[in-house]
Amino acid sequence: MKTAFEKHGAALLSRGVAYALRRHRSSLLLLSLLIAGSYAHAQETYPVNGIADPKDGCFAFTHATIVKDAQTTLSNATLVIRDGKVVDAGPAAAIPKDAVVVDCKGKYIYPSFVDIFTTYGQAETRRGSGSWNAPPQFLSNTKGAYGWNQAIKSEVNAAALFSTDESKAASLREAGFGTVLTQQADGVARGTAAVVTLAAAKENKVMIRERAAAGYSFDKGTSTQNYPNSAMGYIALLRQTYLDAQWYKSQPAREGVNLSLQAFNANQQLPQIFEVKDKWDALRADKIGDEFGVQYIIKAGGNEYQRIAEMAATKATFILPLSFPGAIDVEDPADARFVSLAEMKHWELAPSQPGAFEKANIPFCITAADLKDAKTFMGNLRKAIEYGLSEQKALEALTRTPATTLKIYDKVGSLEAGKLANFLITSGPLFQENTVLFQNWVQGNRYIVKQDGWNDIRGIYTITLTPGNSVTVEVKGSVTDPSLSVLAKDTVPGKIDINGKLVTLSLSMAKNSKKTVRLSGLIGVNSWSGTGVDTAGAVVRWEAAFSRAATAKADSAKKPAPPALGPIYFPFSGYGWDKLPQQQDILIKNATVWTNEKEGKLENTDVLIRAGKIAQIGKSIAAGNARVIDGTGKHLSAGIIDEHSHIAISNGVNESSQAVTAEVRIGDVLNPDDVNIYRQLSGGVTASHLLHGSANPIGGQSQLIKLRWGQSAEDLKVTNWDPFIKFALGENVKQSNWGDRNTVRFPQTRMGVEQVYVDAFTRARDYEKQGPGKRRDLELDALVEILNAKRFITCHSYVQSEINMLMHVADSFHFRVNTFTHILEGYKVADKMKAHGAGAGTFADWWAYKMEVQDAIPYNAAIMHKVGVVTAINSDDAEMARRLNQEAAKVVKYGGVSEEDALKMVTLNPAKLLHVDNRVGSIKAGKDADLVLWSDHPLSIYAKAEKTIVDGIVEFDRDNDLQLRKRIADERTRLTQKLLGEKKKGTPTQKAAFTREEMYHCEDLQGGHQEGLGL
Amino acid sequence: MKKHIFSMVLVFGIYTAQAQETIYPAKSQEKPVYLTNAVIHVGNGQVIENGTLAFAKGKITAVGANISAGSDGTVIDLKGQHVYPGIIAPETSLGLVEFESVRATIDVREVGEINPSIRSIISYNTDSKVINTLRSNGVLLAGVTPEGGIISGSSSVVQLDAWNWEDAAYKTDNALHFYMPRLVAVNNGRGFSSGPANDPLKTGLEKVENVKAFFREAQAYLQEPKHAATNIKFESMRRLFNREQKLFIHCEVIKEMLIAIDFAKEFKLDVAIVGGADSWQITDLLKQNNIAVILNQPHSLPVMQDDDIDQPYKTAAQLQKAGVLYCLSNEGFWQQRNLGFEAGTASTYGLTKEEALSAVTLNAAKILGIDKITGTLETGKDANIAISAGDMLDMKSSIITRAYIQGREINLDNKQHQLFERYERKYGIAQ
Repeated sequence: MKTAFEKHGAALLSRGVAYALRRHRSSLLLLSLLIAGSYAHAQETYPVNGIADPKDGCFAFTHATIVKDAQTTLSNATLVIRDGKVVDAGPAAAIPKDAVVVDCKGKYIYPSFVDIFTTYGQAETRRGSGSWNAPPQFLSNTKGAYGWNQAIKSEVNAAALFSTDESKAASLREAGFGTVLTQQADGVARGTAAVVTLAAAKENKVMIRERAAAGYSFDKGTSTQNYPNSAMGYIALLRQTYLDAQWYKSQPAREGVNLSLQAFNANQQLPQIFEVKDKWDALRADKIGDEFGVQYIIKAGGNEYQRIAEMAATKATFILPLSFPGAIDVEDPADARFVSLAEMKHWELAPSQPGAFEKANIPFCITAADLKDAKTFMGNLRKAIEYGLSEQKALEALTRTPATTLKIYDKVGSLEAGKLANFLITSGPLFQENTVLFQNWVQGNRYIVKQDGWNDIRGIYTITLTPGNSVTVEVKGSVTDPSLSVLAKDTVPGKIDINGKLVTLSLSMAKNSKKTVRLSGLIGVNSWSGTGVDTAGAVVRWEAAFSRAATAKADSAKKPAPPALGPIYFPFSGYGWDKLPQQQDILIKNATVWTNEKEGKLENTDVLIRAGKIAQIGKSIAAGNARVIDGTGKHLSAGIIDEHSHIAISNGVNESSQAVTAEVRIGDVLNPDDVNIYRQLSGGVTASHLLHGSANPIGGQSQLIKLRWGQSAEDLKVTNWDPFIKFALGENVKQSNWGDRNTVRFPQTRMGVEQVYVDAFTRARDYEKQGPGKRRDLELDALVEILNAKRFITCHSYVQSEINMLMHVADSFHFRVNTFTHILEGYKVADKMKAHGAGAGTFADWWAYKMEVQDAIPYNAAIMHKVGVVTAINSDDAEMARRLNQEAAKVVKYGGVSEEDALKMVTLNPAKLLHVDNRVGSIKAGKDADLVLWSDHPLSIYAKAEKTIVDGIVEFDRDNDLQLRKRIADERTRLTQKLLGEKKKGTPTQKAAFTREEMYHCEDLQGGHQEGLGL
Repeated sequence: MKKHIFSMVLVFGIYTAQAQETIYPAKSQEKPVYLTNAVIHVGNGQVIENGTLAFAKGKITAVGANISAGSDGTVIDLKGQHVYPGIIAPETSLGLVEFESVRATIDVREVGEINPSIRSIISYNTDSKVINTLRSNGVLLAGVTPEGGIISGSSSVVQLDAWNWEDAAYKTDNALHFYMPRLVAVNNGRGFSSGPANDPLKTGLEKVENVKAFFREAQAYLQEPKHAATNIKFESMRRLFNREQKLFIHCEVIKEMLIAIDFAKEFKLDVAIVGGADSWQITDLLKQNNIAVILNQPHSLPVMQDDDIDQPYKTAAQLQKAGVLYCLSNEGFWQQRNLGFEAGTASTYGLTKEEALSAVTLNAAKILGIDKITGTLETGKDANIAISAGDMLDMKSSIITRAYIQGREINLDNKQHQLFERYERKYGIAQ
């Protein structure tokens, strides 16, 4: 005890160093101090200025409760360390003669924490700051023999960039960490990460492994290059890089030396860490890993608990941050209106994430990353424990799991002989509220976190004044900041002030007495003594004898009840399901059925749905066990299919950086949380063709989804579907309306657009002919599929010249343009389209929004239809998609198409265009039960979709919707009260603010727009 | 349905082979017109089955079930067709924009924050190809509105059959337009915007305060008839303070609307809110303060993801129920041809069909300050009339067969229909 208290050891020196570091970061003097101050042997290559001071650094920590690892706790045990490493830990550990003995009676020793997601000691990276009006940058700015894309930084090695940073190290040590993985957080491929300790020593000594992991993300970081500028672009870039790296192993002469690919390959041996920002990104990353045989370790974003089953299915080890969202100030109801229920619920549930992972048996580490201040780490960890994480799992997630994940468990993560002497000394069980972290030893160096309270002096003492009386006092309060009371007739508060071993006491003998006895003295092992002045001002000598421990109030006895939390919805939206709905057999009775088949419109007809399919259509069908829905006076139609939609897409609808981006896929970036899925179900939509935008002649691959509200991205997809791709013509692709800086990218004219196609398909044809060993090119793969009628085009188009052109290009390469979308001048070339075999998806009546739509007419659909072109009416707009039936009705108004044919333009015809008319689009036995029950004639403005059924599941029900509204109101009220309570308690709150929902049209380059408020 | 198409072809047939340039504005009404055998929707809630509507010299002279058609004029047997007051688009950039993306065709936003002397009527292009596409859907009057800055200038109501803007002017400078800064804090990316520098509420309120200061100075200036230096901006505020002009405040959320109410109170102005996405939340306050609402189109998405999915559809019905004076609007210019269908949707979600009609006719006339001369089919008012083969508010049945502005029968052809005919001819598919 004495020794630990009085010794001016490494810690004090280190503190001095820390101070010096702050002032003279690079001085030579400092370097020598650092070396001298470390107990791990100094490097022999370094000369010493002054007298050599070799030390073995042997310590024995006795009488401690040693938690060797999360499973093993040893009472009254000794930890012996030497030269920065653990020698022994156990009840019978022998104490070497040269050991400095530290009495740890009553104290706990834990392995210090390992954080495998930090940027410790790395220079700060700044986002690419290309000025907004800079011309586009097509290639990497990185100088040297590196790859083409600036976001692939696989050649970067954190070890080479690392320099110790004592102020950061100190804050991490205070949070309990001893070892970290450090990486430059920059780029889609980030290069390698290094394991270092947080000792205040020379870089050479703290580096445990210089290549310990490789990092990835969906964030281009400092790259100023345009590509990629969408989430799907990040995914495509990474996939192509895997393929390129594979190919590079064959040392292709044409590539020369590519240090980025070389490093990418070399890095594959390491643990692969992928940083994501949210749950869907986690699944996207895992999917890439599956494709290339990589199991990523996933650094989570914080909302993964919302899809815990999907997280478990990744089989990944996760790294969980503890940066829980702060409470929101909802005091002002006019502002609180702009906070969504999903945000409130996330605030409530976010701390339950680690517990949810434990419950789901998903391996995970815990990181201090994403916290604004590492000081909040322990508090947030305790919160996670309060919300369901077990203490044992918490310790494991901070020691053994990260160490084994990085394969450094032989060095850190537990207190076994041979491992680094990285450990914590605490006043009690680590995660208890009042436990004090006194010291964090790293590589055998002591770092004092909290000096006060090392000795627990709390108890009942008898103070004897000479001359004078005896008085009984109680020292109580917290171990680090004790208080004192005089136990006389009354209990009278006094004062105690401790400074090291010096103590100052101030005692009042009676209530309201202004006279005090003032004592100054020294704290001994069992008794204190010193000198003082009594109430009369006379000098006295005093002694205090420890009589007994205070009757301990068991503060750990009652664990606080776990907080009551609201349920998770699927998806995580106000309108989400409590529980995902199940398919059921349904009989719709006595409705007017618009079959879209040769039977036409059938009055008073029943439709039976069984196992997700239409089983029978007829009169008086027996219900059996089916749920019966009365359709009397109502109309039943096939579900609406929106051939041109941009809902449910994350982080960009356009990869607009290049003229040809056939490699990007909308299917990679689905957002199942988009409330527009639900809203469109309420308008009778059952399937949507999600398209890439129209920023380039060859855009990305599209995705057909069914509106299965609550399902995850993969389950929204229609399977076994002929894949499609988006092309675009006209003003958008030639950047006519992008401002004066965008006059560089080829093409800038409709003439150039044609040549982009000719060039792309020529390259694709040549690529297809290449022999074995060719570089697999995701862009050309997609184009080859088009040439071979394995992938189909839907092409954004307006004026007749360009429509004609694309059909000619297609003819010359022997493929067919499947669909022209928008196609507002289709009526001018309808005969040519019919001859080519192209279909049309168009707006009912849009025009005048730009020059190329000056000749758009609302009769367009009618003319194309009458000429024999398969014609659909589509939305390209999240609002309009809710009433596509009304848009179809306009085709009756403008051009006199029959009502049944008009309805087909939003049901059967889009199904034909998408090659799924054998499954959906009409009411026919054997087809998918994608149906809408309308309150009125389905083309009437007075019709409401009352029930929308997808695959036999009632996905939208107007009655149920009313209940959801009530549930939203109730849950908002509950959480509002809870948030107000937080504010009242004094918890810091953040302003209530509006969060944009992602919403796109095909021309949106950067984010969509919010209808209504224009924010 | 066939019948509708037939009548449409009949009407359009008259004008076959004409170009847009030969769609002439009609001459003044010469003879009285009697529309008989009609379902007359007066616009004030009243429906007259099998009625007759008479108008002469541009004014309605009689309307009812028992009106006998005189021999002095033209009698048109409508055989059960529906007769409506012409639809009024209360707030639009019609005639100020021809192509949204082509700068040279855009005359709607002037530079500067406070421009009360700007007048939309000056730029109104009667030869816009868009105008005729509105008329053929029954839209006959429009409030042509400047945008840009905070005080963007004065709108005027125009009638849609004119040689030039002077002819078109129906009520000039009816309202001054105030675009309220958005008073909503916005989450930027992952963190919250914080600190006073980017507190939109604070910067927004500062801008509002500037507008107030301007109003106060203008008021003071106008107290004194003589000025060494004439201030055109202040001068242009005179009609507003005399309540000859209304103040139309474009705003959406509660705090913005509260400030709109505050303007009405402090300056004793005739105020209408334009937008009013959240007006359903403060109907009592609006009613109490006599604030009218020119409501956003029902065909909008809800403001917040938790809002009732049909909130924008039913806001009109909520205002109606609360007794707030409101009318329906639509964004843009070419979109105005769908204004009747916006009313149709409002009717599906709570209004009666006749209330929905009023929401695009009489109520708009009241708010624009023209209800004494139009907005309903009542005796003495201008003969602004749209005749539809079926329900005009439902696109399924809305086929406008005839229309009159100030008693003049207007040509219902338009560029788009001409292109239709051109290609019907190409493919030989004309009926």
